[in-house]
Amino acid sequence: MSDVIDIDAIGEGQVAVMDQLPSGEIPAESPLHHLDSTVPTFTSKPAGVRLWEEALKGHLVLRGNAEDPTFQRGVEAALGMALPERLRSVQQGPLSLRWIAPDEWLLVCPGDQAAALEIRLRRHLSGHFAVVNVSGGQTLIHLAGPDAAMVLKKSCPYDLHEHNFPIGKVVTTVLAKTQATLCKIAADQWELVVRRSFADYAWRWLVDASAEYGLIGDTPATAAQRRASTGRHPVSSET
Amino acid sequence: MFYIHCPYCCEYREEEEFHAKGQAHIARPADPDQCSDEEWGTYLYFRKNPRGLHHEIWVHAIGCRKFFNVTRDTQTYEIKETYKMGEQPKVTSVSDTLETEEAAQ
Repeated sequence: MSDVIDIDAIGEGQVAVMDQLPSGEIPAESPLHHLDSTVPTFTSKPAGVRLWEEALKGHLVLRGNAEDPTFQRGVEAALGMALPERLRSVQQGPLSLRWIAPDEWLLVCPGDQAAALEIRLRRHLSGHFAVVNVSGGQTLIHLAGPDAAMVLKKSCPYDLHEHNFPIGKVVTTVLAKTQATLCKIAADQWELVVRRSFADYAWRWLVDASAEYGLIGDTPATAAQRRASTGRHPVSSET
Repeated sequence: MFYIHCPYCCEYREEEEFHAKGQAHIARPADPDQCSDEEWGTYLYFRKNPRGLHHEIWVHAIGCRKFFNVTRDTQTYEIKETYKMGEQPKVTSVSDTLETEEAAQ
């Protein structure tokens, strides 16, 4: 568990990279592990909002000079996708890369790939850059359904109209009294990245704000599909 | 509440996302060891408090987390311009010009 990986393998500018995934004897817990019961798994009326956590994903913060062609090429070689433009995200298989600031991006990957990707990035990048594993510091919440936009409109001051917020756009903004990185991944589906210490608050806020539209956890079919693809149990659809 | 243009996000964002961080364009003395106490004290503690145009540092705290400059009217609260760190303001007042001339002499 949490072994320091062979740093010789990293090469130049050696940094001790740690696989932060706990081994089997200590179960990994998402910041929302205790909130199973807050989202119903069944509603009698049509659900306007679906809410679930994509728990225990790998989150890597990548920093560097976006203007530097060497950095751009390194990222593309390591991830198979180019850096996204301002306020955009790009997706490549299970990986997604979102713009956070002009010199900062967030890479979200399957939880067990974070360490490997960190090493990969370090191999391909040189000079002034940073790769930091922040998987334990934040989590990913999915908000979907025909009324998902209504919930967000109540919760944040940003203009969510489709002209201003097309699919693929990423915006870090105020959510309730905390902050979240909103990413629109489909016409009626958003991914929210929230800080670990605020995850409980944000989750409960979203549950409360969704109540009037009819709230349900992820549908059993998609939950099962996701379980199969990640090998992990999503929190909200546990029964 | 008003919208502030973040020069790094290139978008207008809600005021709630920003924090003000005080006077902008304060130059640190090139050689602190050669400073008089008065020069160092002025650099460290003394700030303008104009009625009218003021150049300020703001931070897009809940957003890209970048610091940038704002030219703001302290009387009307009107934001005249926002510009990146390291850039110079386009909107200046008579007192700004006078100070620049004084500094040059």
